[in-house]
Amino acid sequence: MQNVVVLIELTHTGHVPASARGLLAVATRLGTPVAVTVSEIPLEASTVAALGELGAVTIHAAHGPSAHSILVAHLVDALDAAVTAHAPAAVLAASSVDGREAAGRLAVRTGAGVLVDVVDAHSIDGKITTTHSVFGGNYTVHAAVPGALPIITLRSGAIDEQAPAVTPEVLNIELAAPPGTVATIDSYSDAPENQARPELRGAATVVSGGRGLGSAENFVLVEQLADALGAAVGASRAAVDAGFISQTAQVGQTGVSVSPQLYVALGISGAIQHRAGMQTAKTIVAINQDEDAPIFEIADLGIVGDVFTVVPQAIELLNARR
Amino acid sequence: MKIVVLIKQVPDTAEERRLDPGTGRVDRQANDPVIDEITERALELALSVKDKDKSTEVAVLAMGPEETSKAIRKALSMGADSGIHILDPALAGADITLTAAALAAALKGAQADLIIAGNESTDGRAGIVPAMVAEHLGLPLLGALASAAIGAGTVSGERLNDAGTQRVSAPLPAMLTVTESFEEARFPNFKGIMGAKRKPVTTLSASGLGIATEPLSTVIDLEQRPPRTAGRKIIDEGDAAAQLVDFLVTQRLI
Ligand SMILES: Cc1cc2nc3c(=O)[nH]c(=O)nc-3n(C[C@H](O)[C@H](O)[C@H](O)COP(=O)(O)OP(=O)(O)OC[C@H]3O[C@@H](n4cnc5c(N)ncnc54)[C@H](O)[C@@H]3O)c2cc1C
Repeated sequence: MQNVVVLIELTHTGHVPASARGLLAVATRLGTPVAVTVSEIPLEASTVAALGELGAVTIHAAHGPSAHSILVAHLVDALDAAVTAHAPAAVLAASSVDGREAAGRLAVRTGAGVLVDVVDAHSIDGKITTTHSVFGGNYTVHAAVPGALPIITLRSGAIDEQAPAVTPEVLNIELAAPPGTVATIDSYSDAPENQARPELRGAATVVSGGRGLGSAENFVLVEQLADALGAAVGASRAAVDAGFISQTAQVGQTGVSVSPQLYVALGISGAIQHRAGMQTAKTIVAINQDEDAPIFEIADLGIVGDVFTVVPQAIELLNARR
Repeated sequence: MKIVVLIKQVPDTAEERRLDPGTGRVDRQANDPVIDEITERALELALSVKDKDKSTEVAVLAMGPEETSKAIRKALSMGADSGIHILDPALAGADITLTAAALAAALKGAQADLIIAGNESTDGRAGIVPAMVAEHLGLPLLGALASAAIGAGTVSGERLNDAGTQRVSAPLPAMLTVTESFEEARFPNFKGIMGAKRKPVTTLSASGLGIATEPLSTVIDLEQRPPRTAGRKIIDEGDAAAQLVDFLVTQRLI
């Protein structure tokens, strides 16, 4: 089986990111996954086990003291070394901030081709084809880079599969100083971990709030309904701009694209740029007091009403069912 | 200091955008072309540096067909000093790899201390071109910043990703990309619009840049999704919450 190199962006605290599961699942489908990690110290046994659980057959584990103080450059060097060592048929990285930068630099360095924001990938007769969801899901496009090594950035949450568990072989590699001038990471401020709530990307249910919530204090209502439904929390850009919630919760054209089973839009008008991030949801429910709000054009159930009346009642009914 | 801002002309996101079914490329006829908002924010950042230090020179660089000159003119009317337009019919089907190579080749001659771009475009959404340009030029990149401090010899800022924020910095020359956390762009005023007509715009071709024009990627096929239709709409008369829960139950969503 051909090798497939996968970038696993371990956090500076050593956590395996949520994107790892889908990346390793696709890599397993395309060939034999070689996970590439960069860390300060050699991988802990628990990290190796966690990656094995997700299907990492080989771990190309680069480590060195500057792993988390130099921005992206070590990721590129480690990937470059892994490409040389494992002659892969493809390289996979998450469509994350770091993943995209590492993928882009690697492509230039190795003369590889890029296939971006991929929602699925297949290998047919050894040829790798990727699937892309374009313009808010209005188009499904298949693409390939026939004459070059494909470097693929995978949309986080797009793949709901897990590869069978394996016992990884770990190759420990020491990091060298990256060539040229580099950007440095001077400090980290981690987002508070919310173990109780699912990640927005890939969540089965998403509850989003918009400008209609009126204030950051009122936005708690969105979170309460999300918790009653076991959902992730999203937002419109207007809600983010108004400071109700962090930018990472933005759904839409310039935010996260989600395709949940259920999307609930609260106090969101349904601007085309918002729809671009959620209109591929299986079922859409919208609550808006303006009966002409465009969100109703795509809602399977539209409720013309006040979120401050309907949502508390719904939370009560949902909690009573448990 | 010389700052070059990468601007991109894209189909307006306010309307339904289309792909050409034959080529898989963006159908540029279907929508009004506009400067991608994120690259306007990138320009705004450069202009804010110039506001504080008049000796700052701001150039904009764009690649695209003839009509891209309008985007460049608009940038000049907002306050940029000069424009570079990569214009070549042979680049009409340029993929990411080719686009990054062309932009980097044009930047090699531009002697920028700082290159500013948007973190991702609204049409491609790749978010990968800036890193490729930075790699071609051997420059450090501070990508996806939420804020930036541009000093004489260094640039620093806050970078936002899912894990949280990082404070990052790099010596100049460097490249950075902005996110939507940055200010919206100023509007061109009358003086700016008049003055833009006299500002220089250089046009560069692929052969002039010494780059190939053969893309690496190909679109195999594409399929358009049927538009979504409206379902049931109810008006809350006190029982909407109960109807909502019933709906979720019958749809097996809870
Ligand atoms: C380049 C570009 C990219 C963009 N990207 C995004 C993006 O990624 N995501 C995004 O969301 N937007 C994006 N936008 C912005 C988009 O155009 C809209 O401005 C935005 O989605 C509006 O957010 P909203 O629906 O919360 O606010 P509004 O449009 O102001 O709607 C608020 C709604 O709340 C309703 N409401 C008010 N009070 C109540 C109440 N008590 N009960 C019930 N309903 C109530 C109102 O009737 C109204 O419909 C982008 C725009 C551009 C130009």
